[in-house]
Amino acid sequence: MASHAVATQHKQGLSNGMLGFILFLASEVMFFGGLFAAYFIARADAREWPPEYLLTPEQVASGVKLEVEFWLPFIATILLVLSSVTIQFAVFSIQRGNRSGLIRWTFVSIVLGLVFLVMQVYDYSQLHFGVGDTIYGTTFYTMTGFHGLHVAGGVIFMGIILARSLAGQFTAANHEAVEACSFYWHFVDVVWIALFTTLYIIP
Amino acid sequence: MTSIAIPRPAYAERPWILDWLMTVDHKKLGILYLYTTMFFFAVGGILALLVRTQLAVADNTFVNNDAYNQIFTMHASAMLFLFIIPVWAGFGNYIVPLQIGAADMAFPRINALSFWLIPPAGLLMFSGFLFGGAADAGWTAYSPLARGSGVGLDLWIISVIILGVSSTIGAANFMVTMFRMRAPGMTMFRMPIFCWTMLVTAVLQLLATPVLASALAMLYIDRNFGGSFFDPNGGGNAILWQNIFWFYSHPAVYIMILPGMGIISEVLPVFARKPLFGYKAFVFATMGIGGLGFSVWAHHMFTTGAVLKPWFGFMTFMIGVPTGVKMFNWLGTLWRGSITFEAPMLFALGFLSMFLIGGINGTFSAAVPVDFAIHDTYFVVAHIHYVLFGGAVFAVFAGLYYWFPKIWGRRLDERLARIHFALQFIGFNLAFFPMHLLGLDGMPRRIATYSESSGWETLNLISTIGAFLIGVAMIPFIINVVMAFLRPKDQPNDPWEANTLEWWTTSPPPVHNFDSLPEVHSERPLWDLRHGKTAH
Repeated sequence: MASHAVATQHKQGLSNGMLGFILFLASEVMFFGGLFAAYFIARADAREWPPEYLLTPEQVASGVKLEVEFWLPFIATILLVLSSVTIQFAVFSIQRGNRSGLIRWTFVSIVLGLVFLVMQVYDYSQLHFGVGDTIYGTTFYTMTGFHGLHVAGGVIFMGIILARSLAGQFTAANHEAVEACSFYWHFVDVVWIALFTTLYIIP
Repeated sequence: MTSIAIPRPAYAERPWILDWLMTVDHKKLGILYLYTTMFFFAVGGILALLVRTQLAVADNTFVNNDAYNQIFTMHASAMLFLFIIPVWAGFGNYIVPLQIGAADMAFPRINALSFWLIPPAGLLMFSGFLFGGAADAGWTAYSPLARGSGVGLDLWIISVIILGVSSTIGAANFMVTMFRMRAPGMTMFRMPIFCWTMLVTAVLQLLATPVLASALAMLYIDRNFGGSFFDPNGGGNAILWQNIFWFYSHPAVYIMILPGMGIISEVLPVFARKPLFGYKAFVFATMGIGGLGFSVWAHHMFTTGAVLKPWFGFMTFMIGVPTGVKMFNWLGTLWRGSITFEAPMLFALGFLSMFLIGGINGTFSAAVPVDFAIHDTYFVVAHIHYVLFGGAVFAVFAGLYYWFPKIWGRRLDERLARIHFALQFIGFNLAFFPMHLLGLDGMPRRIATYSESSGWETLNLISTIGAFLIGVAMIPFIINVVMAFLRPKDQPNDPWEANTLEWWTTSPPPVHNFDSLPEVHSERPLWDLRHGKTAH
């Protein structure tokens, strides 16, 4: 490309890669938008929430209860918000050319992300309803499940950033992937805040 | 023009086949897109002929009901998801970087990924025929029908999600390419109209396709994990599917037609020898269609009684306005032009007349009382074929005839092209005009057969004859293409005296597209050069 007569990339402002990544995040927002739309329509349709009246006698007899645990997800939420702060510290570090800071903060963020996932799986195992138990179970597991997959994707993304920084990559001038990763992680965090508010706080 | 010696990169030494499999060149990927989508066009066309054979006479038993359901579902799915939507990505891939004076797309490897997702997704969708039956719930896959259908529908869901990923990342790629890779002097408002239509299409794809993915994920969960999204017994809502599905699929009809409008807007000025009339009005009309496209989805759902009919009816009339603006753009371009009737122009004029009918019979349906009468009848089938075949497919052929000399450096025969056009135009109207009458007479869509007492036989037979005539029309086209490939690559840079930058470089262009670029002062730099204009 460098020998080419035609300019291929504007140098000011966002790079092509970051612009493309932000557009990708916009499409992700629309994906979760579809899931939220389904949830709110289900709430609007329901006489009461959680919709216990939809449970069949067999489901009740087998111990299905449509209620969620609050405090464990609340702690998980705090950890996830905290991990958004730590990944931002990773970005600040490399912006100043501090690669060891980048490594340290990325590692902390990965650990927080993993702890969140473990807590989510444990939370799932403690619940008394499944994905097939009314629209309540279906929306709950679909939304938190897709979010969990995004957390896992983010942990892998941060893992790649960690491996690359351990290999001596990224400088104060060149760390676009780190910023993209932080954008993604903030996005995952914001989706979770919206999910936690909707699923756990709004009665 | 002096040529510059450019060292051959290592990948140029790969064997021919590997070069095509591993290419990240937007032109080669564009050609791969075109071949692949034309293949699925042929497959979808054969399925259409099976449908028409079954419906040719009353009480026919050519195929049974189950097979019929699979055939019409796969016809629509192949034509929409595997032909029309990706064929624009094919044209866009080849043409957009050339028209804006870029060396390639912004993300060449993501571009290759976008393409290579399509063939496996297509195979996956059709593999249903091997596993007890392909998808059979219509391309709209309404619940509860889609909740109870066989495994073919699961394959269909996964395939459409993969195609959606291809289309979404492709859209981001097109957007970044047009935002960031334009040649010096090529401002946004100097981009050729085809680029503008691809840009608005990309915005629609980026924002609408993920919503379809979420609906498909819900349907998959309902079908395989006992979910209740679309099941009222579990507190779900069958209309929810329709809302989310059409929130994608109505913008998707603009995804399917806007680039076609762009091609027409490239062809008409060249063969009328006038600049496009009202360039900016056309651009704003395109944006208007894109924006309003998100506000009309529920006009597919008037008869559910669960949507706000006055709002969606009004918005649907509103979206006719920017479309009408475009009609006047095209007519104003033709007005007092020095018109000649080469093949691209014939198909462009075919688009103009047939899309007009499709626009008008679509606007009928926007009126809620009329919609109640014709909902789910053959009138709707007539409408979608007048916009998607009379519109999009005529535009595909206009684009193929127009850019063939550029893409392959060879000439297509004008006489064969005229025969192709005449057969396709007559066949198309024979096939689809009678469907208006059948619809008004109450013939429901998607029925596998009808009784003799219905009185629908004559019109159905005419329609079937027309469909086979469209099939016959493809023979001169195929002969034309094969004969062209036997001729030498002898086409000059600009065989049509066209206006846009792709005609500045050689036919076909070199790997790096341009050795030099002219100064760009307007959306028609080559016209400016011919007419000695250097400033707008």
